[in-house]
Amino acid sequence: MTSTTSIPAPSAPTGGTAPAPALTQLDVLESEAVHIFREVAGELERPVLLFSGGKDSIVMLHLARKAFWPAPVPFPVMHVDTGHNFPEVIAYRDDVVARLRLRLVVASVQDAIDEGRVRELPGGSRNPLQTVPLLDAITAHRFDAVFGGGRRDEEKARAKERVFSLRDAHGQWDPRRQRPELWDLYNGRHSPGEHVRVFPLSNWTELDVWRYIEREQIGLPPIYYAHERDVFSRDGMWLTAGDWGGPRPDEAVARRTVRYRTVGDMSCTGAVDSTARTVADVILEVAASRLTERGATRADDRASEAAMEDRKREGYF
Amino acid sequence: MGTHTAHTTEPSTPGAHHERDLLRLATAGSVDDGKSTLIGRLLYDTKSVLADQLAAVERASQARGGDAVDLALLTDGLRAEREQGITIDVAYRYFSTATRAFVLADTPGHVQYTRNMVTGASTAELAIVLVDARHGVVQQTRRHAALAALLRVPHVVLAVNKMDLVDYSQEAFTAIAEEFSAYAAQLGVTAVRAIPVSALTGDNVVERSTRMPWHAGPTLLEHLEQVPVHRDAATEPFRFPVQYVIRPRTAEHPDYRGYAGRITSGSVRVGDEVATVPGGVRSRVAGIDTFDGPLAQAHAPRSVTLRLEDDVDVARGDTLVATHPATTVGTDLAGTVCWLAQAPGAPGARVLVRTGTRTVRGVLQEVGPLLDVDTLRLEPVSGPLALNAIARVRLHLAEPVLLDEFADHRRTGTFLLIDPLDGATLAAGMAGRSPLASSVEVPGRCRAQ
Repeated sequence: MTSTTSIPAPSAPTGGTAPAPALTQLDVLESEAVHIFREVAGELERPVLLFSGGKDSIVMLHLARKAFWPAPVPFPVMHVDTGHNFPEVIAYRDDVVARLRLRLVVASVQDAIDEGRVRELPGGSRNPLQTVPLLDAITAHRFDAVFGGGRRDEEKARAKERVFSLRDAHGQWDPRRQRPELWDLYNGRHSPGEHVRVFPLSNWTELDVWRYIEREQIGLPPIYYAHERDVFSRDGMWLTAGDWGGPRPDEAVARRTVRYRTVGDMSCTGAVDSTARTVADVILEVAASRLTERGATRADDRASEAAMEDRKREGYF
Repeated sequence: MGTHTAHTTEPSTPGAHHERDLLRLATAGSVDDGKSTLIGRLLYDTKSVLADQLAAVERASQARGGDAVDLALLTDGLRAEREQGITIDVAYRYFSTATRAFVLADTPGHVQYTRNMVTGASTAELAIVLVDARHGVVQQTRRHAALAALLRVPHVVLAVNKMDLVDYSQEAFTAIAEEFSAYAAQLGVTAVRAIPVSALTGDNVVERSTRMPWHAGPTLLEHLEQVPVHRDAATEPFRFPVQYVIRPRTAEHPDYRGYAGRITSGSVRVGDEVATVPGGVRSRVAGIDTFDGPLAQAHAPRSVTLRLEDDVDVARGDTLVATHPATTVGTDLAGTVCWLAQAPGAPGARVLVRTGTRTVRGVLQEVGPLLDVDTLRLEPVSGPLALNAIARVRLHLAEPVLLDEFADHRRTGTFLLIDPLDGATLAAGMAGRSPLASSVEVPGRCRAQ
């Protein structure tokens, strides 16, 4: 059976032949991310956006608002709360949630510890403990798509990840069995219990994120800009003193002018010496930096050559 | 060791980036052609490798007993890749210069990973085909060139690597470049840029070689910075697959109804007449909305929201198209597929067919002939399609879809075949006649269509 039809062309094409102005790199990245948000909202039933109050998730939220404007963002945000948060970041989170009237889901590491689902690690880092409460929350809320702010420039295992990344019922990632991803035809099909991790910022770099923050005039928690803070040195990083277990008696606290390049658990997110007080300052500093974002600030990636790959296999973002 | 951030030698004046555009490229090369080293060199010489990444590579090189820093270790990220010393899956790398940002799809050259090269090349504007100067054009070179042509990658660069091992010989380079160009011409690829390089020593990758003064052309990076990336939206037909209907139903916007999507091809202006596909209903564009304010005109690949003058029934899966030129809609889909799955593709198989934002049910009616990417001949098929096979197929669909020719418009006319049982992506498809110019012209063989 053939049913090929044509829509006839009754009128000449309207208008002239103005050449298309080239989109800038940031325009292209924005357009791609907006497209990804809309694909997920169109194809999947119960998406959620991971929101840590860090710059990447703040940029994601901004892009999600653009994707659905003038309608509100059609999915909730979820914070995986390690219990060792920077207070400025929690304040930012709560302000954004109230201002944009978002629905906030909190997956709590402390609750998971209290309920015996995970155990505290020696050294105090709760970063690796996030996987269990994250997966539990995904199951409890039956989320089938989880937006993450992961960028492929961050880490070598992330460089291999697709924009749509299928996870099994255990949240596991198998890099050798990824779906091929062609053109912009993203395939979000999954079986019950499985979910899709979606990374709208896959093709962004740290500098792209900062330039976009500058262009869009997006507000961030103040810890991203230089400020005075009591810190101590561990493993070559400046960590913030706090209830999470630092400093040890042999670690001296010093007051320094620092800022953060990433936001995460206080026990393993290091500050960098910096005098950058504005977005423009930060862009100059990041562009001149000789250390990667994670290399400078993430203790847990130093565990082994494949630390991230191993954690991702277990369901970590 | 890690992947790469866009820290570069550029003067990072805030605001300067507004001038910068984006080139997506893919690399292809046989095992041991030095592809990872070339990418490592490109990243290293553009100052895209940071101190902690380099330190990690130095440590890893020493741990392997190597006497020099192995730049290839910058790119092979997975355990199995480092263990086997080969690239298994596509990885994406990022680097930039003052004028342009680059997204590089680092795709495996190994035969069994053809599907990953297809993945990497599908979005690329430029493909770098790497050959070893000592071995010249080999089977894998032809395979990669054929895949680049099949996917209609607009620009192809032949990087003749390991020039240091042939004494930087102009004769060796010229012979390879001529052989490749002749082969590429058969594929319909006429604009091939050949560049003699040594990834190991850095000659002509970023830094101009003093050992090959006979090479008058650009270095690899210079070429990557100069290749045009702009498309002429004025000459492309307007295509707008509807992703999502925006209906706020808020006090502020009680009656708003907008169609969200990304312009796949062409451009649209307020007042343009558009038609829905497959419905065939006409209306005019009443507004082009964005979060940042309305636009009078928008071009591919911008994401926008369109409002129409009439209350037309439009949903996800529909495409808004220009009413001129005419558009073909139908339920018989012929095309070329690259089979991506372990599960074989046999006639009679029930599949889901995804094109644009539309997914319909379909039956694989005919399979074959197969394209032999080494000879470019179409061969009769002797069974179901296996992993990595490239073949002509015919599908009958349960509902009509827009039938754009991939050969004419690279942004439209693509489709996926999906397994309805487990959702796996089975095949990447290019609709219409064979995109390879020569594959229909082989005498005494099956012909495409």
